[in-house]
Amino acid sequence: MPAAPDPDSAEWLRALRATGSERLAAERRLHTLLLGAARAEVARRNVRATIPGAELDDLAEQAADDAFMSVRRRLGEFRGESRFTTWAYKFAVLEVSGKVTRHTWRRPDRAVGVEDWSALRGRLGLQPEAASEWHELLAALRRAVDTGLTPLQRSVFVALMLDGQPLDVVAASLGASRGSVYKALFDARRKLLAVLVAGGHLTAGEARR
Amino acid sequence: MTDRDRLAAFLSTDPRDGGCDEALALLHAYADAYLQDPDEAARHRPSVAAHLAACGPCAEDLAGLLAAIAPR
Repeated sequence: MPAAPDPDSAEWLRALRATGSERLAAERRLHTLLLGAARAEVARRNVRATIPGAELDDLAEQAADDAFMSVRRRLGEFRGESRFTTWAYKFAVLEVSGKVTRHTWRRPDRAVGVEDWSALRGRLGLQPEAASEWHELLAALRRAVDTGLTPLQRSVFVALMLDGQPLDVVAASLGASRGSVYKALFDARRKLLAVLVAGGHLTAGEARR
Repeated sequence: MTDRDRLAAFLSTDPRDGGCDEALALLHAYADAYLQDPDEAARHRPSVAAHLAACGPCAEDLAGLLAAIAPR
């Protein structure tokens, strides 16, 4: 249920729905806030080593512009569940999030179509020792991935867990949302755990921990 | 923690996890509530809290939003 906005939020809404110079002034204030938030978020994500400074500035400005357009377009969707500025900042943070991820991720230098299952050890933070037990478990996991998952779940598992692609990069390459990619991995993990427990490779107790 | 435990932990899912779409749709409300009282925010929206505990990108977005709204 929509909540009544707090006084500051109500004033933002009123000014952004006004006409003429009052609305223009509110839009300018909003853009300034969003630009500040986008620049701060770019700095917080600490990607200066991978993106040159001038490109970072462009990225922050583009994120602020896109966030501003989203806020304008979706003003009627503000439900008073937070302060207006928090709702608006969210668009700036999400714009920076998506742009930085897509900008910084680089595909590993390996042959296309080759699945590097050894990468899973590092991805899961596994120890280098206990190799024989791991090989057996890995073989069972690999069989489960090959036979127990849908094509989408398998593609997502391979992209995220073997290639190490960020979720947002996988989503962009599939033309899907972050949510649908996360759901595909979520369902894949559930299936794989069930298969490994049913096959006696993991115990129910280990699965519940 | 053994390798088996780590693999089991990775494959384990929280049935309360509401997913990215819900978490991102409510991130602003969650962030304002979190700023007041993180435990209460999690109690009030357990599906969002469970998701943020499991999803790195959404948790990073919450961290960014909290940084934006934190009192200076």
